[in-house]
Amino acid sequence: MAASFKDARFNDVRPGKVIAWTLLFLGGVVMVTPLLFMLSTSLKPASDVYDLRLIPARPTLENYLAVFEDGRFPGWILNSLFIATVVTLSNVFFDSLVGYTLAKFKFRGRYLVFIAILSTLMIPTEMLVIPWYIMARDFGWLDSYWGIMFPGMMTAFGTFLMKQFFETVPDDFLEAARIDGLNEFQIWWRIAMPLVTPALSALAIFTFLGNWTAFIWPLIVTTSAELYTLPVGLSSFSVEQAIRWELIMTGASIATLPTLVIFIVLQRFIVRGVVKAGLKG
Amino acid sequence: MATIELQNIVKRYGKAATTVQGIDLSVADGEFVVLVGPSGCGKSTTLRMIAGLEDITSGTLRIGGRIVNELEPKERNIAMVFQNYAIYPHMNVGQNIGFGLHASGLDKEAKQKRIRETAALLGLEPLLDRRPAQLSGGQRQRVAIGRAMVRDPAAFLFDEPLSNLDAQLRAQMRLEIKRLHQRLGTTTVFVTHDQIEAMTMADRIVVMRDGRILQVGTPLDLYERPVDIFTARFIGSPTINLLPGRLSHHGDGLAVELDGGGPRVPVLQAVQGTAKDAPVMVGWRPHDLVVDDGAAAAAEAVRLTGEVSVVEPLGSETLVHIDAGGSQIVASTGGKAIPKVGERISVRAPLQSLYLFDTATERALVSR
Ligand SMILES: Nc1ncnc2c1ncn2[C@@H]1O[C@H](COP(=O)(O)OP(=O)(O)O)[C@@H](O)[C@H]1O
Ligand SMILES: [Mg+2]
Repeated sequence: MAASFKDARFNDVRPGKVIAWTLLFLGGVVMVTPLLFMLSTSLKPASDVYDLRLIPARPTLENYLAVFEDGRFPGWILNSLFIATVVTLSNVFFDSLVGYTLAKFKFRGRYLVFIAILSTLMIPTEMLVIPWYIMARDFGWLDSYWGIMFPGMMTAFGTFLMKQFFETVPDDFLEAARIDGLNEFQIWWRIAMPLVTPALSALAIFTFLGNWTAFIWPLIVTTSAELYTLPVGLSSFSVEQAIRWELIMTGASIATLPTLVIFIVLQRFIVRGVVKAGLKG
Repeated sequence: MATIELQNIVKRYGKAATTVQGIDLSVADGEFVVLVGPSGCGKSTTLRMIAGLEDITSGTLRIGGRIVNELEPKERNIAMVFQNYAIYPHMNVGQNIGFGLHASGLDKEAKQKRIRETAALLGLEPLLDRRPAQLSGGQRQRVAIGRAMVRDPAAFLFDEPLSNLDAQLRAQMRLEIKRLHQRLGTTTVFVTHDQIEAMTMADRIVVMRDGRILQVGTPLDLYERPVDIFTARFIGSPTINLLPGRLSHHGDGLAVELDGGGPRVPVLQAVQGTAKDAPVMVGWRPHDLVVDDGAAAAAEAVRLTGEVSVVEPLGSETLVHIDAGGSQIVASTGGKAIPKVGERISVRAPLQSLYLFDTATERALVSR
């Protein structure tokens, strides 16, 4: 017993740390358990759904085959993929363009513009849905990709995030480039943007996941099933299937897995970016 | 290569107080001019106006005889090196240097050739593929200089490029920049707050304070003939000794009675202005004060005596701090004979090497 405390790994153990780790562990369990059950249920045959074992007794992929035979999922996945990708690219471009302008150019009224953008952060999506709908209806954008995408093409949050990051970029970099003959757009694109890649990855992750899981607005603005995004499709699917939990969970798993993959891929990039920025000195 | 002429250049930021208050300066073709002065005196602002990074509130700026007030930085054909290098972390050394050729219109091969020549000149050839993060401070600064040099600009502008380096590297880069200048002969304006950098590198030094030019001259000019107390104190290390006193007639000449007693100091030089009986400051450079045994009668010199308070042996010389009747004076003596702390010693202050300033206006009273 006494010997184990001499182990280097335990040198650092303090009560505060034990409590913190315990809480984090419990939090993790609470967050992950439903996901694990979702995955587990999707791998069980219909007869085993109410058998609450985490490891399926008779694992099977037949639910996945059934869902894909249904034929609508690939379309919904492609819709979601297309919409989330376009909106993400648009945010990475426009949010950082505006954020950069607000951070690095001194012009009259820039504070006012910034406050106006920030203030929209206080309005929840639920309240914006009706004006968006009226706008989409009047412009004839209902039931179209553009109709789903237009409210998210630029966000106040992304603009704010990028502004904060661009403010940490030393002016010297931009001025050196100005003297070297770059125009203002080139300075932004070739010098400032590469210097904020960690922020860009964070923005890309948030935006992609936000759009991948978006539900209310795509539900309201679309009427034809071919235009459904995955969450909307999944919801209509689960209504149809009523108590076929194994199929519903399969659909949910399919919707979740890409987000995990994206996070794992981009998250490494974020950490690397932060480390690199720290070493710049 | 080109001349740079500033005519009554003024800079005001918004409604704030005027930062640069009417500067006239003419930099000759190929000259190395150093702007020196305390932090906040407007050196960077002046340099940035020359570069085109700040608008000029009023006045005329000419580079190579052409008025450039309204031209963009890139149209002025100047290159600038910044204090924190500003080399791009996401590009390697070769790309950073090549970036200076961005607007050159050269083809790829010509660019590569120029990059290699520049890198060779700065000893950066083995590092061309490295990223800035893998370079030392001195190497980064060399890359920044390379990026400035590569396109053969009309003038180089440096804004405190050495202040992030440690003392040894700073001395080395000082020499390197000076050598480069001798070799390339490009007109250079160099900003620093370090008087040693100014003295060692400049053809001419411009001393600035509160947005104005106090004095322009060669390093020796400023050392020998400072126009006021500020410049006298600023230039020269260790700092000039200044003792308060009062100017008075004595026989057929003038002399200074030092406050707090001490010897009467005859003034041999012609005194400008009518500051008779006015409070003045008498000055000697530490290197002009001679520590001796006090026995020999001193011709053309006065004797200051006092107690040694601190001794700083520097090897080649020793700085002796002396408490002389309430004022601290510093004398420099040869490395060998080191006085002891507490000892009473006497220094000989030659009359020809005396500086004299009006206490009220701080202006120099004798022309040396
Ligand atoms: N963008 C700016 N806006 C307002 N004041 C400024 C700005 N840049 C510099 N100043 C002011 O101008 C003065 C001179 O600055 P600077 O030229 O950087 O001094 P130095 O380089 O000699 O240390 C300082 O008092 C500084 O506060
Ligand atoms: Mg400065």
